[in-house]
Amino acid sequence: MRVSKIPTKKAKHVNKFGKLILEDGAVFDGMGFGYTTTVFGEAVFNTGMVGYTEALTDPSYSGQILALTYPLVGNYGVPDPSIKDTDGIRKFFESDKIQPRGLVIHELSMMASHWNMVMTLDEWLYNEKIPGISGIDTRALTVKLRTKGVMMAALAVSDKEIDEQDLKKKLESAKKYNDEEFMGAVSTKEPQIYGTGIDSIVVVDTGVKNAILRNVRKLGYKVIRVPWNYSAEKILAYNPKGVVLSNGPGDPVKCADTMKTAKTLIEKNVPTLGICLGAQILGLAGGANTYKLKYGHRGQNKSCIDLDNNQVYVTSQNHGYCIDPDSLKKTDFKLWFTNTDDKTVEGIKHKEKKIIAVQFHPEASPGPFDCMFVFEELKKLVGEENAKR
Amino acid sequence: MLGFGGQTALNCGVKLEELGILKKYGVRVLGTQIKGIEATEDRQRFKDAMIECGVPVLKSKTVYNFEEAKNIANELGYPVIVRVAYTLGGKGGGVAHNEIELHEIVARGLTASLVGQVLIEEYVGHWKQIEYEVMADYHGNNVIICNMENVLSMRVHTGDNIVVAPSQTLDNYEYQMLRSAALRAAKHVGIVGECNIQFALDPDSDKYVAIEMNPRLSRSSALASKATGYPIAYMAAKIAMGYMLPELVNRITKTTTACFEPSLDYIVCKHPRWDFGKFELANRSLGPTMKSVGEVMAIGLCFEESLQKSIRMLEIGNDGLVANRISDKTYDVEELENKLQNPDDLILYHVAAALRQGISIEHIYKLSSIDPWFIEKIRNIVEAEKKLTESKLDTKALREAKKLGFSDKQIGRLVSKDDLEIRKIRKDAGIVPVVKQVDTLAAEWPAKTNYLYLTYGGNVNDFEISSQNEKIAVLGAGPYRIGSSVEFDWGTVNMVWGLKANGVKEVSVINCNPETVSTDYDICDRLYFEELTLERILDIAEFEKLTGIVTAVGGQTANNLTPKLAKNGIKIIGTSYEDIDRAENRSSFSKVLDELRILQPPWQAFSSLSDAKKFAAKVGYPVLVRPSYVLSGAAMKVVWSEQQLKKYLEQAALVSPDYPVVITKFMLNSLEAEVDGVSDGKHVIIGAIVEHIEGAGIHSGDSMMCIPPWSLSNKVTETILDYTNKIATAFKIKGPFNLQFLINSDMVYVIELNIRASRSMPFVSKFVKMNLINLAAGAVLGKELPKVPKDRWRKIHSYGIKVPQFSFMQLEGADIILGVEMQSTGEAACFGDSFYDALSKGLISVGYSLPKEGTGLITAGGSENKEKLLQTALLLKSLGYKLLATEHTAEFLSDKRIGNVDVVYKISEPQRKPNIADLLYDRKINFIINVPSTSTLEKYVGMLYDEYQIRRKAVELGVPVLTTTELADSFSKTLEWLRHNETTKKPLEPYEIL
Repeated sequence: MRVSKIPTKKAKHVNKFGKLILEDGAVFDGMGFGYTTTVFGEAVFNTGMVGYTEALTDPSYSGQILALTYPLVGNYGVPDPSIKDTDGIRKFFESDKIQPRGLVIHELSMMASHWNMVMTLDEWLYNEKIPGISGIDTRALTVKLRTKGVMMAALAVSDKEIDEQDLKKKLESAKKYNDEEFMGAVSTKEPQIYGTGIDSIVVVDTGVKNAILRNVRKLGYKVIRVPWNYSAEKILAYNPKGVVLSNGPGDPVKCADTMKTAKTLIEKNVPTLGICLGAQILGLAGGANTYKLKYGHRGQNKSCIDLDNNQVYVTSQNHGYCIDPDSLKKTDFKLWFTNTDDKTVEGIKHKEKKIIAVQFHPEASPGPFDCMFVFEELKKLVGEENAKR
Repeated sequence: MLGFGGQTALNCGVKLEELGILKKYGVRVLGTQIKGIEATEDRQRFKDAMIECGVPVLKSKTVYNFEEAKNIANELGYPVIVRVAYTLGGKGGGVAHNEIELHEIVARGLTASLVGQVLIEEYVGHWKQIEYEVMADYHGNNVIICNMENVLSMRVHTGDNIVVAPSQTLDNYEYQMLRSAALRAAKHVGIVGECNIQFALDPDSDKYVAIEMNPRLSRSSALASKATGYPIAYMAAKIAMGYMLPELVNRITKTTTACFEPSLDYIVCKHPRWDFGKFELANRSLGPTMKSVGEVMAIGLCFEESLQKSIRMLEIGNDGLVANRISDKTYDVEELENKLQNPDDLILYHVAAALRQGISIEHIYKLSSIDPWFIEKIRNIVEAEKKLTESKLDTKALREAKKLGFSDKQIGRLVSKDDLEIRKIRKDAGIVPVVKQVDTLAAEWPAKTNYLYLTYGGNVNDFEISSQNEKIAVLGAGPYRIGSSVEFDWGTVNMVWGLKANGVKEVSVINCNPETVSTDYDICDRLYFEELTLERILDIAEFEKLTGIVTAVGGQTANNLTPKLAKNGIKIIGTSYEDIDRAENRSSFSKVLDELRILQPPWQAFSSLSDAKKFAAKVGYPVLVRPSYVLSGAAMKVVWSEQQLKKYLEQAALVSPDYPVVITKFMLNSLEAEVDGVSDGKHVIIGAIVEHIEGAGIHSGDSMMCIPPWSLSNKVTETILDYTNKIATAFKIKGPFNLQFLINSDMVYVIELNIRASRSMPFVSKFVKMNLINLAAGAVLGKELPKVPKDRWRKIHSYGIKVPQFSFMQLEGADIILGVEMQSTGEAACFGDSFYDALSKGLISVGYSLPKEGTGLITAGGSENKEKLLQTALLLKSLGYKLLATEHTAEFLSDKRIGNVDVVYKISEPQRKPNIADLLYDRKINFIINVPSTSTLEKYVGMLYDEYQIRRKAVELGVPVLTTTELADSFSKTLEWLRHNETTKKPLEPYEIL
């Protein structure tokens, strides 16, 4: 019988002082790990039980401090960031770096073991200069964020005792999440091309996850990734078969340039798929409103109903903002998906044009693969004839 | 609905379809259709189906005989695994490392399979064993409720595995890959309702294969329900009726949909309970055949905590993985390596021992195929143990140990203090567990859930108890095991309902068995899925500010806690602790009996061997030896000689050092009867007198029982009733009780009083249509019992018979001869218009085939047994059965002019033909009457190995074996009865309201 050898590695950037302070004054003490530094951001929680590598590289978490409700984290370590697929897209990560400003967990596995692992979670955080804290009653933290809503937080990791009052003062003067601009940081500066082929799809990068790029590639198109503020003219100059407006962090109203692009895309009836932030931008472009949810939807177990056929899908989600369902009535969009739990808008479809959008993440990563068909819907919009290569 | 009654119901449904009965009566199958069931049950069809929907499977082939099996095994290369189609719990399968083993397993498997086929397959023992629970409706909506990871890899059947939920060592891609495969597979075979699918995942890549699928509610789905808080069976029933998943509401949040995937924020550990100790010859090794008899589930915030909690829940006398009362055996490295390679029930203790010896995690993984992540966690426990022993007990170390799931007892043992001292120290330091809720969605939505657990992994209670109401907790019975099973779950649930009906505002349940109804969160006001240990119950009592605790319905587990709880200031609801103690203490019990002029067999309590020997010699052997507070006959034994007594007492000391050993004169040739009843201290309600069909000496749990008594005289019956009334009032019993009697030459002796619910109480309650526990609920609260006619039970003109179910097949090597140690793992109760009506249904229910014609083998030891079997042989002969017998028995029978009895030869003389072994393999024997020599009571004194072999082979080949003369007699009379009668088919009538 074959005997396997699972690589294992011990945590080393651990046993530091750690403190998490919330805007409302709540203090959580724990063990600091990863990088020694102090960060400020919006504290949010995610209820997924796996997928910390994917979540931590999701650009939608920019500006936030991410708490995981699943208590045991780091078990399977972190894979090799240098491994890329044939298109040059990182194979195991959603972007080039860790995106949230800090990580809050209940227990860090002091040893990682997995065939695909090259480093431990604390090591990765250290390398990327991100602080982490463990030993936190993450359930208590979650209950707080659920009842009071998401709020600003300070996370300090230090080699010596942390001054609580000092940290509180700093938190008060820290820039608020809602006031921050993220696009400059998360979007690509220059257009990038993945794959070859005649037919292409343009992905407008407002903080795109690699899984979106991979899935569009899987449809058989060349992917042209352009900056968030690329104009419709410039995009259409590529003569793409369709456009994807990507996910991303922050308030959609701040993406005015993207919204302008979206308006033109709708006008010109360019086959377009909006995902997450991209969906909100399409909604705004179509005349709907958006609003901020009390504590967002972040997890992998969110069920959404497809109103066209009453099928329910379990989706992966990560968003703090949402399209206002009432405001849809005055637009040319109709509801496509709703959240079965709180009836929020999970997808919209233009009544005449080839424009569709989903609030959840059909590309998964992390999360279930059930909604990959949404990409096929885009392909359908492009049209059978056009899609042939 | 076929998906709710386990494999038995599924097999039944398939058979009904095959016979065209469903079609004939126009009966629709709700939920997964027969076609879907068959696609998962027939291994080849399963594999084909999986390949069709893009789910990889192991290379294998279905075979119908050994030759085919051999060829395939050679093609695949050894080791191969033999799996059996259409059977229970992997029954009859096994891993064959060579041709000889293959022959053995294939022969057994072909017999166990209802369709005579087995599957020969590649063996992937070192792969991870991962399971998914799928819910799907008629309309294509489907979700995963839970995934689970088996700590002992593919090597060990999941029923015998230590299982965690959710999986711990899978990354997102692997998790989702298997999740999608599970949904795809379920959809493809047409699952409607619930199914379980099991995968093997390569630890070196993302390669995987589907192993099997259960298109029904299973042990795993019960576990998944409890692990997540998602009521799988309830939802599956709704779905079978046609509801769509999104129409159904999450029963915990009451606002969100049931069409979602639970998110856990804790780690669950399931641990199997084995009872190898009860079977002296049984092979303890773990492998593809399930051997456990029950399981527990622990919820915690880290693996170490969950694991150590689960070990305590097992009720095997261990307080955790380390620092137990009996220190682990020490092994040299070579022994340990061997033990790691060949897992048995002590495997995790062996991992701990290996770590102590300095064997590397990598090496332990190589030998055991346990993922290094789990070994690392065990290392944390071993390190903490070391730290506690070496350093002074400071607050930090104490807190760390509690987080890793150490009990106060373990810590106390390491620092030479008792558990209550540790309790005080840690409470003074503010180290107390917090109460957390299981809410299916990791606190994301507000949920008014009452499903709770305690952990040291948090700082804040999820809620506080603020009401001033009366609060009562009912203790459940812990894991199913031999001697404690669903009867106590029935008791617990009925007690909760009874207390509520009697106006108690807040009733909570403390229990840890995921297979039970009492651990459904909607049974009570608050469910603590927790350990039944003094420490944890005190924690809960303090958090709840309990008024009191009911310990009378949780079997021995709860009963044993009574004195400890009472001494720690907990009010026992029901019979007072002092009265219970008076009954449990042999001398005070005897004294009361003497005062009441009630007889009992001579007995005495001993703590020294020489006194014991003197007493035994005086009353004469055989004697019955047992410790007090006896656990379902555990360590109870009939002893036939002084030498045996000595050997036994040395062992017994290990079982219960706190209590002395009691020796009782064992009265041969006696009858046994018992009474289940309820008392309020002044009045007594008799449930019924139940008579055992086997003579005294067979454990009451293994004995067939009959209501009404079938052979007791009126005088004896009156005496029993009189004694019962006197004893119940003398002990001021407030609640349920069970009183056991021995009848020798028409004299009635009392042998045992249990002031608690008994094993037979649900049977009696159903028979007399009077819920004894419901009545007991009023009595424990101090209310007066309703007036019930004194001889109510005697006015019922039907028969009820309870027949034990054994699982010897699964226990490789175990002997099937019954004794004072209980061995049965379940039971069936059947009701009928006559004794044989009830008995024939009972025998069929536990798996006996009752052949209309055929051949019986009789082999009896000792002239007394032969004499007793004479009538049976005559009857069988007159019914036209062909009889075979071994030399001496045949000679005896021919002397008695029984007629033609063919002589057959022993298995140990294979050269002499016709040989029993050949006849068994050729299926030429339909039933066996094998009553061993010396005595039915003493298994191993002078046990003839040959007789053991006959019994063992027969069990393995599924041939009924009757091991007592009483059973043989009833069996043959049942065959006779069936010649002229048909069994009745009547529904069970509901309880009458009193």
